[in-house]
Amino acid sequence: MRLYLKYLSIHLKSQMQYKTSFLLTLLGQFWSSFAMFLGIYFMFSRFQSVEGYTYSQVLLCFAIVLMAFSLAECLVRGFDTFSVIISNGEFDRIMVRPRNEMFQVLASKVELSRLGRLIQATIILLYALPSSGIVWTFPKILTLILMVFGGIAVFSGLFVVYASLCFFTIEGLEFINIFTDGGREFGRYPFSIYGNNVLKFFTFIVPLALFQYYPFLYLIGKVTNPLYMLTPILCFFFLLPCYFLWRLGVSHYKSTGS
Amino acid sequence: MKKYLSFFKIRFLNGLQYRTAAYAGVATQFAWGFMSLLMFSAFYKTKPEAFPMEFSQVSSYIWLQQAFLALYMVWFLETDIFLAISNGNIAYELCRPIDLYNMWYAKNLASRFSKAVLRCLPILLIAFFLPRPYGLSLPENTITLLAFLLSMSLGVLVVIGICMLIYIATFYTLSPMGVRIVAISFIDFFSGAVIPLPFLPDKTRIVLQLLPFASMQDIPFRVYCGHITGLDRVIGILLQLFWLVFLITLGKFFMKKALKKIVVQGG
Repeated sequence: MRLYLKYLSIHLKSQMQYKTSFLLTLLGQFWSSFAMFLGIYFMFSRFQSVEGYTYSQVLLCFAIVLMAFSLAECLVRGFDTFSVIISNGEFDRIMVRPRNEMFQVLASKVELSRLGRLIQATIILLYALPSSGIVWTFPKILTLILMVFGGIAVFSGLFVVYASLCFFTIEGLEFINIFTDGGREFGRYPFSIYGNNVLKFFTFIVPLALFQYYPFLYLIGKVTNPLYMLTPILCFFFLLPCYFLWRLGVSHYKSTGS
Repeated sequence: MKKYLSFFKIRFLNGLQYRTAAYAGVATQFAWGFMSLLMFSAFYKTKPEAFPMEFSQVSSYIWLQQAFLALYMVWFLETDIFLAISNGNIAYELCRPIDLYNMWYAKNLASRFSKAVLRCLPILLIAFFLPRPYGLSLPENTITLLAFLLSMSLGVLVVIGICMLIYIATFYTLSPMGVRIVAISFIDFFSGAVIPLPFLPDKTRIVLQLLPFASMQDIPFRVYCGHITGLDRVIGILLQLFWLVFLITLGKFFMKKALKKIVVQGG
């Protein structure tokens, strides 16, 4: 942990060397998710509600997903750019060091400009918290926190899957983007609006709905069963297969030799 | 002209190499289009009368957008142009007896074209066979089709005109990332890549549809699905033509200015 903080401060210092660039990137990240927000805003100014969800409820959902995504992206960015580590032979160096490989990849890159999204998510959350009409009792606050952490777990897991597949393909597979970027993009709306099959897929295969849809129902008071509150915890089990895939990848690793 | 054509050819053939990436892209874009349509259909079910166009038109719009993503999205920029500017390799390019603007333009056109050629057919085919109203419908008549092809080509040329301005802006800032991300996300929204422009409220929409960004993908797609016909269609295409000339003139002007005061950063 101390080593990780050390890495973090190095990254912070190096990124602060290019302040204008850093700020512009931050701004860019902010604006790009702001465009997503505008998308929601304009859709709702035309339609008012979607399948019974109101504007501020959807904003709440959007803020939670965006927050989880940006935190996950910020922390596990090393896995997102893992194809570079593989193809330039950097992974050989990682393997000979006396530390866990996963930890090193994790610490190899921390992109703080990604926080632009987090700022956006926080602002929207601050707006949506009071205006969604939810009475914020303790269990509901707990649900909210669980949702964010569950989300970080699922997105991180997906980034690890993405990196693990690089062991087999060398190149990154664009297909995973559907679940990471797509999860962020389409997770703006509760997954149920996409129909039953999509909901099932995002429950049992890629468990995005476990932190987004089910606890959200509890949050807005559509269900009162407290079990719904705890579904984000199941998200952490998603990390297990991701980890095994990673181990499989490492044992399968052949250096590209460059 | 001939030398730019050969730049085009080199880039085009080079782009065709990346087939696996293209197939992966096809799958991604197909899933993406599918999810977008499901989202729109949820809105449609909630309040069908608020829909600005017919659902089948929205489907065509979305599928065209996904199929021709490589042609119309600003973020398919050439990284080596940015690199050339920031690491000084641009000096070599300047030694050549060619017009830099035209060469970059040809390069961009070629790589977009090769990406799109590999990606568009499977998406268009599958989308075409999807059940109505979720599938891609054929244009009403041959005139619509011809108008679409014209408008589509103009659209691509406008897109590259805008990309050129982004490259040129890097001359002044030297750090491509920032300008790039800000510009891309602005343009994405204004061009209708986030939600199709007809879905915006009237006042915003009227302003946005006059801006050059609407000339990129919004006009061609609406021509295809028959959302604009007759006189509106002619006006739309003329508007595209206007922006194209404007952007290229602007680009050439700034390029000249930038090259006059260019400082190459060491070697």
